[in-house]
This record gives sequence, C-alpha cells and structure tokens, in this order.
Amino acid sequence: MKAENVVYEPGSSKKNKTGDWRSFRPRVTEKCTGCGICVQFCPEGIIEIKNKKAVIDFDYCKGCLICANECPAKAIVKEKEKK
Amino acid sequence: MNLVPGHSTCAGCGSSLAVRQVLEATGDDVIVCIATGCLEVTTTQIPTTSWKVPLIHVTFENATSVAAGVKAALEYSGNNHTQVIALGGDGGLGDIGFGALSGSLERGDDILIICYDNEAYSNTGMQRSGLTPMYAATSTSPAGKKEWKKDLPSIVAAHNIPYVATASIAFLQDLKMKIQKAMKMKGPRYIHIHIPCPVGWGFDSSKTVEIARLAVQTKMWQLYEIENGVKKITVEPGKKPVSEYLLKQARFKHLTEEQIKKIQDRIDGS
Amino acid sequence: MKKIIEGSKAVAETAGLIKPAVIAAYPITPQTHIVEELARMVASGKLKSKYLEVESEFSALSACIGATATGVRSFTSTSSQGLALMHEVVFAGAGMRLPLVMVVANRALSAPINIWNDQQDSISERDSGWIQIYVETVQEAVDSLLQAYKIAEEIFVPVMICMDGFYLTHVIEPVEIPEQNEANKFLPEYIPKFLYLDPKKPITQGGFANPLPYMNSRKQLSDSILESIKTVKKTHDDFSKQFKRKYGDGLVEEYKNDRNICIVAMGSVCGTIKEIVDSNKEVGLVRVRCFRPFPRDEIKNILKDKKTVIVIDRDISLGNRGALFTEIRDSLYELKQKPKVVNFIAGLGGVDISMEKIKKMIELSKKKEDGEMEWLI
Repeated sequence: MKAENVVYEPGSSKKNKTGDWRSFRPRVTEKCTGCGICVQFCPEGIIEIKNKKAVIDFDYCKGCLICANECPAKAIVKEKEKK
Repeated sequence: MNLVPGHSTCAGCGSSLAVRQVLEATGDDVIVCIATGCLEVTTTQIPTTSWKVPLIHVTFENATSVAAGVKAALEYSGNNHTQVIALGGDGGLGDIGFGALSGSLERGDDILIICYDNEAYSNTGMQRSGLTPMYAATSTSPAGKKEWKKDLPSIVAAHNIPYVATASIAFLQDLKMKIQKAMKMKGPRYIHIHIPCPVGWGFDSSKTVEIARLAVQTKMWQLYEIENGVKKITVEPGKKPVSEYLLKQARFKHLTEEQIKKIQDRIDGS
Repeated sequence: MKKIIEGSKAVAETAGLIKPAVIAAYPITPQTHIVEELARMVASGKLKSKYLEVESEFSALSACIGATATGVRSFTSTSSQGLALMHEVVFAGAGMRLPLVMVVANRALSAPINIWNDQQDSISERDSGWIQIYVETVQEAVDSLLQAYKIAEEIFVPVMICMDGFYLTHVIEPVEIPEQNEANKFLPEYIPKFLYLDPKKPITQGGFANPLPYMNSRKQLSDSILESIKTVKKTHDDFSKQFKRKYGDGLVEEYKNDRNICIVAMGSVCGTIKEIVDSNKEVGLVRVRCFRPFPRDEIKNILKDKKTVIVIDRDISLGNRGALFTEIRDSLYELKQKPKVVNFIAGLGGVDISMEKIKKMIELSKKKEDGEMEWLI
C-alpha cells in the first residue's frame, strides 16, 4: 500500500525548477579565483567549482545574489534577468 | 547534498542555508523530526520532497517528543548509530513547543535539537514570537515589540544538558564544528542558529549573510558553547555599534535614538 | 492464566504480552494504574520496552507516533482531558496511516472538571480516523487489546480501545490473561511493511499537502477505515477460534434480541442491561462494540423489525442528541418500516445507571415520540 501523504522519492523536489523566479541573475566574471565561498553561502546549494571557477545552476538559482554580496574578489556581478 | 534545491523557500532564505550546512556536517545516518514552520512547509510539498534523509513532520509543537519516540524505537531495535535530530523554529521550540522542549531536556533524550531562529513566526507572515527582539516591528507588533528577546539558549542550558551552543550562518566553520562536536556526544544537545530573514526583517535578499555577520560584530548575537556547564566564547564578539546592525533592517527603521541607546546599553552590559 | 486482578493491571499485563518497543504515557485519573503497572514491569526487568516518562499527553502520543513511524510497536493510554490535549496528534496519527494503538479509560470532559466515567472523551474523537472499540468487561478489554494491534497493522488505521473509567479500570475480578506463547501465536512479531523511517530508504512522512493531494489522502484514509469493518470482524473471529471467547460478531453483540423493544448501548452498562433483559421478557439488548467504523448495515438488519429502539448515550453531542442515537437512527433511515427510536442521556460524569433507571427508561419510552431525547439524571 502506498500512502498518499508519504513521499517515497527522496530529493524529488528537483523536478521543481525554481530558476524561473528570478528577476536578477548573478554572472561569474574572470575575477573568480575558485575560492568556494559562494558555494558555502548559496541557500539553494547550486553553485559548484568546476575548473577553478564558480558555476551556477540556473535551473534553480532564485537570484538572491548572496553569492555576489559575499564574494571576496567581487567577481560576481548582478544583471537583470532577460525574459 | 541532503537538502536539494527545488524547495519554495524565499530567495536568500537563511534557514535552507543553515540546514543544508547542518546536514553536510551530520552525514547521512540521521532521522530528522521537524516542526511546522517555514522550512517544513517549503521543503515537503507532497508529492515531492527536498530531503534525502528520512524526515517526519507531525505538528507544530512536538518535534522533540516525536524525536524522543524515534530515538527510543531505534535504541530498542539495537541501532545505536543513527542520530535523531529535532528541528524547529523559534516558534516551534521556543513558544508553542517550549513545554515539550523542556520535557525532552529534563528527560535526557539522546537527541540533537536544532533551533533555526528567524525571530518571528515567519511561516504565517512574520508575527511576533517570544524570540523577537525588543522594538522589532512585526505584523502583530507593528509599533515595535515591548519585551526583550527570550534567551532560549540560557533556559536550555539551565537544564544542565551536555551541550548547548549558539551559531550563525555567517560563521559556517563555527557552526559545522559545533554540529560535529555535538554529534559525538550523548544525551540532549542543543544548537541555536541565528537566521536573518530578508522578507521578514526587511532587507535585500543578497544581504542575509552580511546581516548575520553584523549581528555577531555588534554583539547582538553571541557565539558560544557550553559543554557540561563550562561556557566558552567561540567567536570574539565585535565592537561595532548596534545601530549598524539595526538600521539596515526595515523592522528597526522606526527606532528612536533613545531606543537604540537602550539596546546598546544592554549589549554593553552583557 | 485466570487470575483475580484489577482491570488496569490486566490491561497493563496484556500490553506487556505484546511487548511494545516504546511505551509513552502520562498519568491521568482513572488510567493511572495502567501506566504505573507498566512502569513496575519495566523497572523489574520483566518488560524490556523503552518507557518514556513524558511531560504531557501531547508528548505521549507524539512520541508513540515517532516510534511507530520508525517501524516498531508502541503503546499509550489516556482519558478525558489527556485525550482532549492529544486531539491534534490523534488526527495527525490517523492521517499519517500509522498502526498506533491506544487504550482510553473513558472519563467525562471538563468543564466542570470531573474524574468519573462517561464516554464523551472518545466519542469526541469519532471523526479522527481511528477505529473505536467499546468494551463491556475487563476480559473484553484484554482480548480487544490483542486484536487491536493485529487490526492496525493490517490496514494501517490506528485503533482506540475504550473502557469505562473506574467501572472497568478499578474493578477487581477474575480475568483470563493469555499466556505469552498464545499471544505470540495470535500476534506474531511486528514486521513493518511499507512506511518507516530508515536512513537507508529515506522517506518524508507528514509533508505539506496542497488541496488535491490533501483530499486524495483523506479519501484514501476514509476508504481504508470503511473497509476495515471486515478486518475488525475477521480479527475477532480469528481470536475467537484460538481463544474460544467471542463478543457477538465482533461488531455488534445481540443479547436476547428477539423481542419488540430493544435497548442499544455501549460499554459496561450493558452488563446491567443484560440483568434486566434476563428478567424482562419485553426487552432485548444490542451492544455496539465497534463504533468506528460504524456498522450501519448490521444495525439496519438487526433492528429492522423492532417496534421501539431505546438508545442509551453515555455522552451528549451538545446542540443535538446523543452521538450513538444519531448514528443508530441514521442507519435505520432507509427502512420502509422504521422502529421508533428514542434517546436517553444517562450516566454522565459517573452518575450510576442503575437497574431502576433502565426500567424507568423502558416505561418512559412507551409514551415517547420517535426522535425524542430525555436526560435521566
């Protein structure tokens, strides 16, 4: 019996692409040193360091821009989201 | 990562950041018992869930009681390695769940209790809680709260449990250190995390971590741990004036100089 | 083994046979002896359960929910105000489809505060989605408690065993307590089947439901509890086969129900009614054992030829009639030839329902109109 109110698939919220919430988006510039501070502070946990650069998953990024605010190298800039 | 994206927390939410980090520090072998609140409602929208660890939600005030039952069941079955975490907000643990929290601490339940404190009943629209700071404007205290913030960590510490700590999302190493320390201990362990809320406190979503940092730098939030009764400051409090923290938030914008001074005096004396 | 034992202790010993992994209970008159006896059994080492000394009834049922959700058996017990305090989690536990079992020692609800018996407390939880079984004797409480776990674990609907406070909890009489091996045969070890908290297979229990998933979930529970009428019956029959004791057909017990007038009631008062029925040839008894799910079809069939049905309610749904009366009359509505159904509210707050009172009800009912209610204080 599968109970209607139990969720059996862990992490299934990934189906919900919150990226379409954005009004603004962060852009990682060449100044990025790959320090990983943005990775730590992202509330969604969707930043990874790939080849020593921060890579943001825009399927989920809500555009809060904590990453831009916290980046010690000021390597992330705020841009308007294109619709 | 055991708290995956796709949840409907606000942009810049401090609680999802905190709990994501907590779960990184705890590892997979946990069962989380969560109280009703922002984090529960946004991460468990049937038929999806953001959690990759087992999670149970019952009602608003019984996170600790449910955790006690889960832990007892595990112990009875011979499982002494899975940790049970009771997770609740300042409402679910400090107000409506206060009795259950106290009972659990007194009973010595072997659970890790984590309070994510955004200083109001955020989930229902930022109504004041017992842990809302003095003078803060909330939807049920629009002219400013007239009472000081309930010092929940001290009340918890008065139960003489093995470990009590305060933490902040601006000091993640400190938070992780405390979680990992708590995970190695037995008995009730309590960690109280200060969580700025951009929507509720009134600041831009990008400033969540900055505001959390300012709270520590102005000594409005102090980071310490109490291990078996011995208190230790883990991050030196700053000396910035409280106005630097307060006036960056819409909920304090109406404060008079006299009110700010009152707060500053109280901080200086603490 | 047959022994002379207090009702509460008999219940505690039976709970001990079931060996719940977690017992969480908060004392409240008249249930206290149940939890005290269990505490003694655990302290002596006789019972290896984890005994959680909780700080309120709310926490008691919450802890049982946590434990049952982790895949083990749990036990709790309460009365009156305690059950009222648990109200939130009573509903939550059923909605979460957990095989919980609870013994309610029926006691009146405040205000005014009163410690004696009536059935208002559990009657007020009739919408919650728990199966409710009302017992007449201590023996039946013992037997029903064993059946409760079997029912709950088969259909994932929680079960409440309701026994009249003081009348059944504090009476000392001969009771047959099953031996451990007999109990094991009837109720084998619990193997959690489909939804329990395990880091190796993470699930989210009790999540947030938008309107459609909510209603679907409630319908699923409703369908299950309606279906469960078969399970209640079958479990009772299986029990009867093994232990040679039966209570009607498990749902309803007829006692000399071949007369024109029939009294319908629940709980220990039925023992008194049986005495009246033995000497008064105009009246029979129908005892409702399973109140939720309500045995509508059974009731319709066994009351259809009656001239008068007297429903004794040890509760009152304020603003209308007694709860049992309303359910009975509703079940009979489809009949072309309907009996006259009258309601007596009696025995609230521990007022004795004596044989004189019952005889008075029989006499009064002859002059009453269908649907009338009278309080017999």
